Amino acid sequence: MQKTKSKNSSPSLLSQISDNQAVLGYLFILPSLIGFLAFYLVPAGRAVLISFQEWNLLSDPTWVGLENYRTLWEDDRFWRSLRITLLYVVFNIPLQTVIAVVMAVMLERMHDAASAIFRGLMILPWLMPNVVVGLLWLWMLDPSLGIVNVGLEAIGLEGQPFLGAPSQAIASIAGINIWRHAGYNAILIFAGLKTIPKGLYEAAAIAGASRTRQFFSITVPLLRPVLVFVLVTSVIGSFQIFDTIAITTGGGPAGSTSVIIYYIFQQVFERRINMGLATAASVVLFLILISVTLIQMRFLQADQSDLADYQ
Amino acid sequence: MATSMNTKNKNPNSAFERFMNNLEWGDVVMWAIMAIFVILTIFPFWWVLRTALTSPNSVFTNPSSLTPVNTTMQNFERVLGLIDATALAAENTNISAGDINFWIFMRNSFIVAGLVTLGQTIFSSMAAYAFARFEFPFRDQIFFIYLTGLMVPGIVLFIPNFVLIRQLGLIGTFFGIVAPTFFMTPFAVFFMRQFYLSLNNDLIEAAKLDGATAFGIFWRIALPLIRGPILTLGLLTFIASWNDYLWPLLVGRDESVRVLTVALSIFRSQTPQGAPDWAGLMAGTVVAMIPTTVLFIFFGRKVVDSIQFSGFK
Repeated sequence: MQKTKSKNSSPSLLSQISDNQAVLGYLFILPSLIGFLAFYLVPAGRAVLISFQEWNLLSDPTWVGLENYRTLWEDDRFWRSLRITLLYVVFNIPLQTVIAVVMAVMLERMHDAASAIFRGLMILPWLMPNVVVGLLWLWMLDPSLGIVNVGLEAIGLEGQPFLGAPSQAIASIAGINIWRHAGYNAILIFAGLKTIPKGLYEAAAIAGASRTRQFFSITVPLLRPVLVFVLVTSVIGSFQIFDTIAITTGGGPAGSTSVIIYYIFQQVFERRINMGLATAASVVLFLILISVTLIQMRFLQADQSDLADYQ
Repeated sequence: MATSMNTKNKNPNSAFERFMNNLEWGDVVMWAIMAIFVILTIFPFWWVLRTALTSPNSVFTNPSSLTPVNTTMQNFERVLGLIDATALAAENTNISAGDINFWIFMRNSFIVAGLVTLGQTIFSSMAAYAFARFEFPFRDQIFFIYLTGLMVPGIVLFIPNFVLIRQLGLIGTFFGIVAPTFFMTPFAVFFMRQFYLSLNNDLIEAAKLDGATAFGIFWRIALPLIRGPILTLGLLTFIASWNDYLWPLLVGRDESVRVLTVALSIFRSQTPQGAPDWAGLMAGTVVAMIPTTVLFIFFGRKVVDSIQFSGFK
């Protein structure tokens, strides 16, 4: 650490500024404030504004009030995209969370050096671009040449169409994203497990509680704050699934993977550009996400931490 | 902090003995499940590499070999534009004819991720310091509004931002791709603020007594102390920016600014008749995985620790 020299006391403007916290504070936040206003705050307001307009980007926008929202309400493809998104969330979240908890519990029981290596390996899929993960699985799940079907047939099972059939496509996408995110969630949950005092387990063991009993009576309740965080973030993320679908199925086959973000994307980039409808749908998605989060927090009582009672 | 949570007091000499003594059926099952998880995690990466090293025809004739067939670097040479793909495609229907130069796309990815990392880390770090350590009017209110930005899903902002970038005439420019994340993200400000808040007050008080100015304290005391978290934020920002797809797809399709993720998706959709050019695609995929892999090899532990930290925000 360098020793700070005291400044010589020339009362220049620069040295006055460099010691005035109000001026310095605003100078320090200025670049971030510009970025926040230009690309967060103003666009958020503008999104609501555009959702009340009809606009194809080429001519001037016209004010249509709630027309876009009514169009959404009556659009079967919009409702279908919501159903598909929900189906994806249902396929994705429970399995992913269970796998992550199992991984985390095992990591926690290991020797530290071993767990560090395994944690490193398990984070790898999450570090890769969605595009890469999508391509990789598109190849592995290829119906005729992919190694998954080749393997299935080698052990006498029937090959599956996976991404190629409307009945399996969205479940396959969910599987791909479980592969990418389970390790990441496991690491979060692992960190949560580390905060649980070991003494509790010892006391429970002396009192004759089985491992299973300990897991459900100590681990699960004390892990709740972390589980809430993992669930809320992964549900929010799942509702916004896009990259993997854009790469693997392009919304197909037969529209069976046309999720909500894909629906919005199509309004901006298909032949008939409709910015109003696209933003209206994104505002609806925002409202859904807020409600889901609030329900989840309430349901899981996120604000109460059982751990506090023990510390 | 995350790092201190990893350290358990164990006697390393007895660890193996204890492991053997305590080995029960439960442990055997545990290690078996763990082995399956590891294989499931690692195998796809091997499969990408195996396919990229296999000659394009053997990809189709020999789909079950676990190692490369007719091992060749030709796929890499082809996607990096080192050999003429069009001439090859004339003789071989299994590869796509388009001219693909992943060198350019990789350069573009480095420019975009580098700029975003530089700007976002510096500016967010400065803002975070101000929120944590300076007194100024409306400080807490402004910070609270920043935090609400964490709640808004990307797609809500993408469309108005796309319109803005278009009105500024910046579609197809690096600045257009970089702009929304160059100055800040709410997460980056929040992340850095936590570390500035935890700085040791004694040092700062001592520096004040020594006559250091507020700026001097930031520059000579706070910044050096916080090097670790800044590096972590830089890593996370670089990886996120490198992996980004939807935004650069919206504003940066032009070949001159096209990043790797967008290039890969366009390469995929340019498939000739019938099956995709898997050998070429997987070679491109390997190229897109290299930087993250290198960062991971050098800083893997740091990334894991920072993820553990983010669970407690």
